[in-house]
Amino acid sequence: MADIHALPQSTLGLPDRPKLAEIPFRGGGFTVRSHKGAGIIGFVVILGLWEISVRAGWISPVLLPAASDVLLALWNLAASGELWRHLQASLARFAMGWSLGTAAGVLVGFCIGVWSLARGIGLPLVSALFPVPKIALLPLFILWLGIGEASKVATLALGCFFTTVIATFSAIDAVPRNLIRMGQSFNMPPHAVLTKVVLPGALPGILACFRITTSICLIILVSAEMIGAEYGIGSLIILTGNLMQTDQLLAGVVVLSILGLCIGYTLTRLERWLLRWR
Amino acid sequence: MELVVDRICHRFGGLTVLEDISFTVAEGEILTVIGPSGCGKSTLLSILGGILEPESGTVYTNGAPPAASLNPLTYIFQDFSLLPWRTVEANVMLPLEHHALSASDKRARVDDVLARTGLSDFKTAFPKQLSGGMRQRVGIARALAVNPAILLMDEPLSALDAQTRELLMEDFLDLWLRERMGAVYVTHNLSEALYLADRVCVLSRRPGRIREMVAIDIPQPQRKEPWAQTRLAELQDAMWKLIKSEAQQAEREMSHG
Repeated sequence: MADIHALPQSTLGLPDRPKLAEIPFRGGGFTVRSHKGAGIIGFVVILGLWEISVRAGWISPVLLPAASDVLLALWNLAASGELWRHLQASLARFAMGWSLGTAAGVLVGFCIGVWSLARGIGLPLVSALFPVPKIALLPLFILWLGIGEASKVATLALGCFFTTVIATFSAIDAVPRNLIRMGQSFNMPPHAVLTKVVLPGALPGILACFRITTSICLIILVSAEMIGAEYGIGSLIILTGNLMQTDQLLAGVVVLSILGLCIGYTLTRLERWLLRWR
Repeated sequence: MELVVDRICHRFGGLTVLEDISFTVAEGEILTVIGPSGCGKSTLLSILGGILEPESGTVYTNGAPPAASLNPLTYIFQDFSLLPWRTVEANVMLPLEHHALSASDKRARVDDVLARTGLSDFKTAFPKQLSGGMRQRVGIARALAVNPAILLMDEPLSALDAQTRELLMEDFLDLWLRERMGAVYVTHNLSEALYLADRVCVLSRRPGRIREMVAIDIPQPQRKEPWAQTRLAELQDAMWKLIKSEAQQAEREMSHG
């Protein structure tokens, strides 16, 4: 067979075909390319503009203190130990409320997912109570449980309970039924099917819901602390706001942002480890 | 151990899918079931292994399974049905975990079947890292791990490309010639059915009835010989004529979901 690379140009007839038209390239675009450092540049530009406009007197420092002042206020709060007291109080409530709500939610969601009677009873209840903004129940919980930690923890727990229930049973519904039949066809006992097939199969959905519930909890946490708490990032923000200490107020906001980022990072690591099979 | 199927009927809603199906799978026999899509082949297989309850009729086993058999009737699935969060060896281990065997015995069984299916080098891989053919090998290894008396195979090769199918079919035949398990092999692929079968059961479409039971009297190891190929081609032609008009109907029908 002739080597096609050895064909002389003339056999393609390039010069003597006047109607030859090159096909224009029309693909490309719509792909994600990484722009490392672009994020940092964006951050620096915004912070710089902020700093300059306050320093130049375009914005009143009472309404918006300079970025460097916010940083300084954060440093002072940390150095005086006040920040840790607030942070500790917030973290303790968050951990308690979220874990309680999540544990109860996964349990109830699991029952609804695998047991149709529980679904018949539970689903209408969950649907009726899910849309209620849980912070609206805080006054009631204060009446029941007092102004202390218990009422705040209960509100937090309730805040993530319903979302977790819904996410858990939906995740169980999404476990391929053929995997369950496979387990049964090997005579696996029901509890083994639940723990070895259903639960790991529902895990991605449950973990995804952790992202939603942690951010719901953060919102409720700050709101509840604003309504009444001695310590907590929410109470720090409302107190300094009342005193027009906007630098400390924004320092509190920065702490919340960092807290959210840390939770998100932890969840990403957890997912990557637990779902490494994906 | 024989598998005796006695007057199975089944309906989905108002639609009769299987009507009066009776046959016996002898010890160590490969029975292939073919028929156009929608003839209830997969339904029949689900009933044989006790995964689906038939509306009427009964499936019996006749005689005791081999003593070492942990799960006499064992499926190999079209979609492999591997647990994606388990590695190859953990998937093969799965059906052994709830049995009262020593840990070393279980380990030995897993290592043995992985070696027999050529998977020893892939023990720690997750299913998503494997090709379709390798995934089905894991499915076969998992089935062999419980020492089945009869394999129930639901279009095990139809999710694979033609070349992989050819390779796996030969591998399966080699395994089967060594172990001589019984098998019910459901497929819509005539040449696959004829290559493997001792007997071919041709089902009609809706309601699924047994149309013909064809015994293939050529020993499996000789089926690649030219003379056997001619004979098989004739058989395939005759069978295609049997099911062609129904396959045409099936193709023109809208899906019932």
